[in-house]
Amino acid sequence: MHHFIDRRLNPKDKNLGNRQRFMRRARAQIKKVVNDSIKNRKISNADEGETISIPTKGIAEPRFVPSPNGGHRERVFTGNKQFSTGDKIQKPTQGGGGDGGKQAADQGEGEDAFTFALSREEFLDIYFEDLELPDLVKKDFKEIKSFQYKRAGYSLTGTPNQISVRRTIRNSFGRRIALGRPKLEKVEAIEREIAEIEAEGPQSERQYLRLEALRSELDRLTRLRKGIPYLDPIDIRYRRLEKAPKPNTKAVMFCLMDVSGSMGEREKDLAKRFFILLHLFLKRRYDQTDIVFIRHTHEASEVDEDTFFYSRESGGTVVSTALTEMIKVARERYPVDSWNIYAAQASDGDNFPDDGEKCIRLLNTDIMPLCQYFAYVEIVDERELDMFQAPGAGAELWQAYNAVRERWANFEMKHIAQPSDIYPVFRELFAKQVAAG
Amino acid sequence: MTATMTKKPLFDGREWTFDTLSRTYDAIEEIAVNELGLDTYPNQLEIISAEQMLDAHSSAGMPLMYPHWSFGKHFVQEEKAYRKGYSGLAYEIVINSNPCISYNMEQNSMPIQTLVMAHAAFGHNHFFKNNYLFRQWTDAGSALDYLEYAKKFVAKCEEERGSPAVEAILDAAHALMDHGVSRYPRPQKPTEREKRERDEEIRNYRARTFNDLWRTVPVKKDKDEKKESAEAIRQAIEMNLPEENLVYFIETYSPVLEDWQRELLSIVRYVAQYFYPQRQTKVMNEGCATFVHHYIVNAMYDRGLITEGAMLEILHSHSSVVFQADFDDPRYSGLNPYALGFGMMQDIKRICTDPKPEDQEWFKDIAGCGDWRGVLKEAWANYRDESFIKQYLSPNMIRSMRLFSLADDANERHYTVTSIHDERGYRGLRERLARSYEIGVVEPDIQVVGADLRGDRTLRLQHTVRNRIPLSERSRDEVLKHLRQLWGYDISLVGVDRETEKKVYETRVS
Repeated sequence: MHHFIDRRLNPKDKNLGNRQRFMRRARAQIKKVVNDSIKNRKISNADEGETISIPTKGIAEPRFVPSPNGGHRERVFTGNKQFSTGDKIQKPTQGGGGDGGKQAADQGEGEDAFTFALSREEFLDIYFEDLELPDLVKKDFKEIKSFQYKRAGYSLTGTPNQISVRRTIRNSFGRRIALGRPKLEKVEAIEREIAEIEAEGPQSERQYLRLEALRSELDRLTRLRKGIPYLDPIDIRYRRLEKAPKPNTKAVMFCLMDVSGSMGEREKDLAKRFFILLHLFLKRRYDQTDIVFIRHTHEASEVDEDTFFYSRESGGTVVSTALTEMIKVARERYPVDSWNIYAAQASDGDNFPDDGEKCIRLLNTDIMPLCQYFAYVEIVDERELDMFQAPGAGAELWQAYNAVRERWANFEMKHIAQPSDIYPVFRELFAKQVAAG
Repeated sequence: MTATMTKKPLFDGREWTFDTLSRTYDAIEEIAVNELGLDTYPNQLEIISAEQMLDAHSSAGMPLMYPHWSFGKHFVQEEKAYRKGYSGLAYEIVINSNPCISYNMEQNSMPIQTLVMAHAAFGHNHFFKNNYLFRQWTDAGSALDYLEYAKKFVAKCEEERGSPAVEAILDAAHALMDHGVSRYPRPQKPTEREKRERDEEIRNYRARTFNDLWRTVPVKKDKDEKKESAEAIRQAIEMNLPEENLVYFIETYSPVLEDWQRELLSIVRYVAQYFYPQRQTKVMNEGCATFVHHYIVNAMYDRGLITEGAMLEILHSHSSVVFQADFDDPRYSGLNPYALGFGMMQDIKRICTDPKPEDQEWFKDIAGCGDWRGVLKEAWANYRDESFIKQYLSPNMIRSMRLFSLADDANERHYTVTSIHDERGYRGLRERLARSYEIGVVEPDIQVVGADLRGDRTLRLQHTVRNRIPLSERSRDEVLKHLRQLWGYDISLVGVDRETEKKVYETRVS
C-alpha cells in the first residue's frame, strides 16, 4: 500500500521563525559587524544584502566533546600507498603548513567565526534600527483632523459586513445546546425507522405501537426544531470599530543638492551617496513620507528621483535659489499645520559671494520656523578636513550657516570628506534622541 | 525471461508525473517484496520543493520540530552552502515512522526519483522496521504524534513564560543532549506492592535465620563514618546511581526545576533517544539502502523497465554516493558510510555465492551457502555498525579499500603505522575500525555518581578518561554552566583515568 502526497504547495519558510530567533539571539554581534561593514561599501550595493561573519560567542552550542589534542588514539584510514606496518611518520609541526589535515587547514579564528548571509531587508533593518526622524509628531494635537478605525470588541448592532461569524456561531451553538434543540441526525434516524416499518407494513400489535410512538416523537422533535431556530437574531454579533484620533505623522523630506560646476565628480558622488542613504532610510522606515528633490546651480528646480540622482547639470552657484524653491513648494503643497517638514542639504560650501546673507535671512525667517529639523552636510577635500575641524573655519556657506546653528537647536551641520564618513555622519544626524522628549 | 525482456520501459526522459511515479513504485515494490523479500512499513511518499527540503533538513530532518534558534542557525548555514553550490541538497529524507514517510524533492529527475524510492521507501524502510535497535528504542507509530505534542507544548510554554525562559532550558538541555540517552534497558522500577512484598520476604528470611549468637559477636566502633557512607549508598541506590543519562537524572532529581521545565527536558530526551539508533547504524542503514537500490534498479534494467539513458543517470548518482576518497585526497573526510556499508554488503553477497579459500576460513558459516538474502537480512536485523564490522569486515574488503591504521600519541613526535592490509593486519584493523563506530567509546563517558540531596546538594559527575584523551575545556566549562543552571546547586566534575583509576583533573562550578 502506498500513496503520494504533493506537499509543494504547503507553506515553505517553516524555518523563518527559527531564523528570526537566531537573529534575535545574535543581534548585538550582527549589529556591530553590520555597522563596521557598511563603512566600506560601494554606493551601488548600499541596499544589498551582505555576507557577514560574527563571533560564535552566544550562538555556540557547547557539548562535552573530546579534545582534538592529547592522549593516545588510533585511527583507520583508506587508500594506503607506500606504508608498511611499523613505519613512523613525522608529525606536522604546530601551526606550520596546512598539510596536517582539517584542524591545521582552518586558521585559528576559523573555528570562532560564523558566516552567513543577511537579506537586504534584514540588513537595512539592522542598519537603520536606532535611527529616527527627530520630533516626528507635531506637538500641537489641536490640528488633528484624521481618524482611523480600531477594533474594539463586539456589539449587538451593526452592518451585515461587520458580522463576526465566529462569535455568532459560538453564541448559536451555546443557545442550541442550552435549549436542547434536537440534532438533525436524531430526526433522520427516527424517519428512517418509520420508513423501514412502513415499507414492510406493520405486522404486529407491538409494531403498531412503536410506529405510533415514533410518529409522535418525530412530531415533537420537528416542532422543537422549528421553535428553536439554528440561528436566532439574538445570536448575531458585530465587530465593533471605534474611531481613534490618528497622530499627525505625515512627513516630507526636502533634499537640496548643489550640482553646480564647482562640485567635482567626487563631491557629487559623496552628496549622492548621502542622499541615497537618506532615501533608503525614509523609504524603509516611513512609508508615508513624501520626498521632494531640489537641485540647484545658479537657479533651482524641483526634479524627480531619477533626474536628481543620475542626470548632469552645470552652472554657477546660488544657494538661496534652492531655499526659495523649497519655501515655494512647502507653501504650495505642504501646509505646516498638517506636515512635519525636514530638510537635508548637501553642498561643497561654495556660494556666490553676496548670497550668504540672503541664505541666513531665508533660513531664519522662513525655513527654520517651518522645519522640524534641518541637516546640512558639507563636502570638503580630504586634505582640508583637519583645517575645518576648528569651529569658525570653513567655506563661505559653512560660516554663514554657523550663525544659523547658534540660533536654532534643530539645525545640524557636518563635514564629509570621504565615503567612510557618510555613514557615521548620517548616524549622528539621525540618531534616536532618547533624552530629547 | 525473454517475455520480460520485451517489456516497455516505465518512463522516458527526465520529467516525472504522479502517474509514472506510481507505476514505477509498483514495479519497485514487486522486486523488493518478491525478489529481495523485504518487509517494510506502509509507505507515504511526499513531494516537496527545494526550500521545503532545506527547511526539513535543518530541523534535524524531521517534518515537525519544536522551535529553537539553533535550527535557525543550521538553516542559515545550510542555506549558504546550498546557494553557493558548496553542497547539493539531499535527494530525499526518510523518517522512521509508521507509515514510513519519505520526502522526494520535486527537482529530482524521474531516474533519480526511481533511485530515491528504491533507496528510501524500501531500503531504509526495511532497516527501520527490522533492526533490533529501532525495534527496541523507538516507537515508529507514535514518533510524529509525540513531536506534534512537543511542538505545541513548547509553543505554549513560550506563550506563558516568554521565550527567553524556554530558550534557557532548551539551550541547557541541548548541551547535554548526547548524554540524554539511556544506553541499556533498565529493569522496571518496582511498584509499591512489589516493594512491600520484597521487604516482607527479607523480614521472613531474617526471622527464619535468626540466631541470637550473632548479637554477642563484638563489632568495630567507627560507626559514625560508616553511618554517613551508608546514607550515601542508600541514596545512590534510591537514585539508581551511577546514572549515564544526565538529562534524565536532572529531570527527575533537580531540586529547582518546575514541572514545565522538567517536561521540556523530557522532550529533548525523547528526541535524543529517538536518534540514538540512527547514530549507531549509519553505515548499516545507508549500506542497506544503497544495496537495495542498487539491486532493484539493476533488476529493473534487466527487465527492460528503465532505459539505458536513465540507467546511466542512476549509475552516475550511485557512484558519486559511494565514492571513497583516499586519505591524502583533499576531498577526504573520513570513511564514507555509504561506501563502507555498500561495499561490505556486496562483499557478503560474494562470500555467499562465490567464496575464495580465504573466505572459507574467515566465514565458515556463510561462505558458499548461497542464501545471501537470508544472511543479509539477518545482519540488518541483528547488528549495529560496531558489531557488524567486527563480524563481517572481510580481508577482501580491507584490501580493496587499502585500509591502514595510524597510532597518534601526544607524547611522541611520530605517528606510527600499526597495521596495514596484510595477513598480520586484518584482525587488528577490523577491531579498530569497529571500535571507532562504538558510540560508547567515541563519546566521553560522563556519569552522575552522587547528588547529596539531603546535604549541600552538590551534583557529582565522573568522567572516565579513556586513553588519556581529555575533554575540550572551553566547551566543557560552557556545558557545566548550563548544567549548573538546571541543577540549581554546585556541580563537580572529576576526571578519572580508566586504567589507573587515578584522578586526572577536577573542576567545580558554583
